[in-house]
Amino acid sequence: MAVTVKTFANASEAAGALSSDRSARYLGGGTLVMRALNEGDVSISTIVRARDQALTRIDASSPRITLGAGVTFARVLAERDLAFLHAPARSIGGPAVRNMGTVGGNLFAPNPYGDFTVALLALDATIAVQGGFGSRDIPIEEFLQGRERQAGTLVLSVSCTRPASSEAFRYRKIARIKPKGGSVITLAAHLPVSGGRIAGARIALGSMAPTQIRARAVERALEGRSLDAATIAAAASAATEGTSPSDNALGSAWYRREIVGVHLRRLLSGQE
Amino acid sequence: MTKIPLQFRHNGRDVAIFVDGGTNLLVALRELIGDMTPKFGCGQGGCGTCSVLIDGELHLSCLTLAETVAGRSVETLDGMKQGPNLHPLQRAFADNFAAQCGYCTPGMLMAAKALLDRNPAPSRADVIEAISGNICRCTGYEPIINAILAAAGGRASA
Amino acid sequence: MLELRKDIFADERDDNLKEIGKGTQRQDMLGHITGTSSYFNDHQLQGMLHLKVVRSTQAHARLRRIDTTEAERSAGVRRIIRGADVPRNLNTLLSLINFGKDDEPSLAVDKVRYKGEPIIAIVADSEREAFEAIAKVRIDYEPLPTVFDVEDALKPGAPVVNETYPKNAFIYHDVYDHQRLRFGDADAALATADHVLEQRYQMSPIEHAPTETNGAIAAPDTNGRYVVYTSTQALFFSVDTCAKILDVPSNTFHFIGGTVGGGFGGKVDTLTEPLAILGAMLTGRPVRYMFGREEEMQYGPPRGAERIYIKDGVMRDGRIVARKIRAYFDSGAYTRLSSYAAVKCAAHLPGPYTIPNVYGDVYCVFTNRTPATAMRGFGVTAMDFAIECQMDKLANLVGMDPMEFRILNAYRDGDMKAHRREAKNTALIECVQVAAEKAKWPIRDEFRRASSRKDGGGSRAVIPPTPTDSRSRPAAPAQQRTTYDRAPVTATREPPREPPPPAPPPPPPRPAAPSHGATRFSSVFGTRRR
Repeated sequence: MAVTVKTFANASEAAGALSSDRSARYLGGGTLVMRALNEGDVSISTIVRARDQALTRIDASSPRITLGAGVTFARVLAERDLAFLHAPARSIGGPAVRNMGTVGGNLFAPNPYGDFTVALLALDATIAVQGGFGSRDIPIEEFLQGRERQAGTLVLSVSCTRPASSEAFRYRKIARIKPKGGSVITLAAHLPVSGGRIAGARIALGSMAPTQIRARAVERALEGRSLDAATIAAAASAATEGTSPSDNALGSAWYRREIVGVHLRRLLSGQE
Repeated sequence: MTKIPLQFRHNGRDVAIFVDGGTNLLVALRELIGDMTPKFGCGQGGCGTCSVLIDGELHLSCLTLAETVAGRSVETLDGMKQGPNLHPLQRAFADNFAAQCGYCTPGMLMAAKALLDRNPAPSRADVIEAISGNICRCTGYEPIINAILAAAGGRASA
Repeated sequence: MLELRKDIFADERDDNLKEIGKGTQRQDMLGHITGTSSYFNDHQLQGMLHLKVVRSTQAHARLRRIDTTEAERSAGVRRIIRGADVPRNLNTLLSLINFGKDDEPSLAVDKVRYKGEPIIAIVADSEREAFEAIAKVRIDYEPLPTVFDVEDALKPGAPVVNETYPKNAFIYHDVYDHQRLRFGDADAALATADHVLEQRYQMSPIEHAPTETNGAIAAPDTNGRYVVYTSTQALFFSVDTCAKILDVPSNTFHFIGGTVGGGFGGKVDTLTEPLAILGAMLTGRPVRYMFGREEEMQYGPPRGAERIYIKDGVMRDGRIVARKIRAYFDSGAYTRLSSYAAVKCAAHLPGPYTIPNVYGDVYCVFTNRTPATAMRGFGVTAMDFAIECQMDKLANLVGMDPMEFRILNAYRDGDMKAHRREAKNTALIECVQVAAEKAKWPIRDEFRRASSRKDGGGSRAVIPPTPTDSRSRPAAPAQQRTTYDRAPVTATREPPREPPPPAPPPPPPRPAAPSHGATRFSSVFGTRRR
């Protein structure tokens, strides 16, 4: 049975086609779905596409920014108002992958990919999805926890609040290949400061669990404190708590546990 | 099996083919158009040897659903020569010994062209970034980087 | 300076050539930069079919039942190929030079010995249809105990990986389960050394990761022959391997290759050509069998893993007096080329150093891992990694500069190497001197003045008395298989030393004018100098 391609003018029709067909996948930039087809994944027999312009819209003018699911990383990089997202966008692939890969697709990218999602998780993003029964907003954490079940829903957009300053949002990806490679681990930290103290810290880790996760023990170690050496040391020592990394070709679970605290310390202390 | 009609511009010429559902652009170019310059290396977006320009933008043809290029312009290495003359990038690659087995070369040249078309005077860092999605397993990247810088330099002085 | 033996090689070099130091253009550069170099997959053949293989999901299992009923009915399927369809479904690559026993099927029959081993080949109209048919093949596995560690594999009672070699070790000359090097009395020297350092080193398998994956296109030609476009690095080797497996004369095939998208040793195993040709024979159509990237990385043969133990005796003044090495090559489930790598490794011991007592045991071991093959200097690379790590550690142990330590122990012209060949044209000392200079690494005058051409030979040219192993000598092979075997294996190669003499005998006078020396020693037959 060959692959059938269904192209729709708007997202809700595409979402309908997606939710009614277990073998259907939504084609965004192609870096996940076409890859699966190339490797012989016969569980996919329908490709769903949508030409809906809403999916490629960027709204970066207000404090809360919204990125259509079909926005590519190259477009994120071209948008001066999205400077806080440039580091994660630049850390993905080479130019060709950034011209193709999308913000929405990244939410589904398995380890060692999905770096942009690590940033979105730290920024407490909201995911707008459309299922068979209409659209709704899901907190990113909830979305990721149920990611396996999201295959039948269509992501429309992601939105998050712009961090207060460039200091308040930090991102670091560790790869073994320079300048680019799959993630050994990826870290993102949102550190809002109020009266000299961290209020509402969110730390997200990639490749430290089956999906991107929050490092809640680190967040607790940071919460309500100033970002001094003692706080950073306490946070770094809590870095592995709640993680469950696995072995892959880029690094072993052991190695990931060994280095996550080191890189968290560098991230928090502003080292290169 | 239903075939899907597809028309696009291939290196400045209009072409029309029929593809199967799910066919990627690399297969369409190689097996239906007969342009063997883009190569299969991984099918995963990891090696860059299938790189082509779609409307002037660098894309991986193996991850591009063929029918998404309908009405668009696709450029490959096959269209790089200017008549009988080598493109300055091709000449620079030869002069700098920037190919060994030659299998990554088509993708490297397209990535380099995508860079120079937008940024005629790139820095070394720009060049490294521009080919960061292309893997060479033979020569090492230095001759390739030098070739791209040489081509840019030659163009700037021309 | 390089000494060119004009007395022997008068016609070998034109003294007027001036090529070094300037670039010379590749003859294929124009093809590469215009994308017109023709790789195997750039051949467009009318009506080409696609071959994909069903690979074992188990590392070691008996095949209880293979059910292809549903796959045969799958859309676009032209032919299902099983092991029984392969004319000679057992081969070993080096059988072409009469080395080793046939131990590997093209398609597994009774059992699988590594994860990813091909079991069934499917020829279909499109890749997609081949993949769909693969998903419909049902294989009933009976899992067997596995062994993934070289030393575990050699233990009594270990699971037998490959029945051709029931003790999980390659057998040399029908008798020996490893390569053995004996030079002097390493145990005695270790007992009197000032320091002894024993270390364990290992190296993982390494995938060549060529940008072009392994593959071949085979097609019936108009004259009853088959034209085969292939990525092989070893064209004539592949022709003969295919002729053997398919049991036809080699002139049945017209192989076209030579333009290879990166090989590095990973394209010498003739992995795709036999099944592509068989597919073309059975369907009468052109057939392509090309690895996907996952297949290339997971099941394409890597450089084999190695584990190495080195035990060295060193004196306070920095002289290494004994080196004892035990090395294991992980061949994976089948032989491919690791048997040869072990020979090369044994010949390389103890590295580029003159050590009077050397003892080496090198094993080629079968495990339930992906079969390993050639890769850039295989047999020597990991051993050199281990030896050079060891050299740094030894230098540290005796408090010497690591560069000077290497110069002190380096071999020099006229020295006797452990495999009983005179060292000639040695240049390690000069290499170290240049490396030190380039790295601005200070070395003392006496080491800067050292030369590979001075102070070698003499007592360093002596083959020391070497005790024979106390283990019972293996019986002569019942049947001589290889040219190597034609040596009288029962003869004692050197005078046994019992009891060991208190001091080494005085060095024989060094020949005043050494000839080119091609026949004085033989690594196979031992010394002829008495």
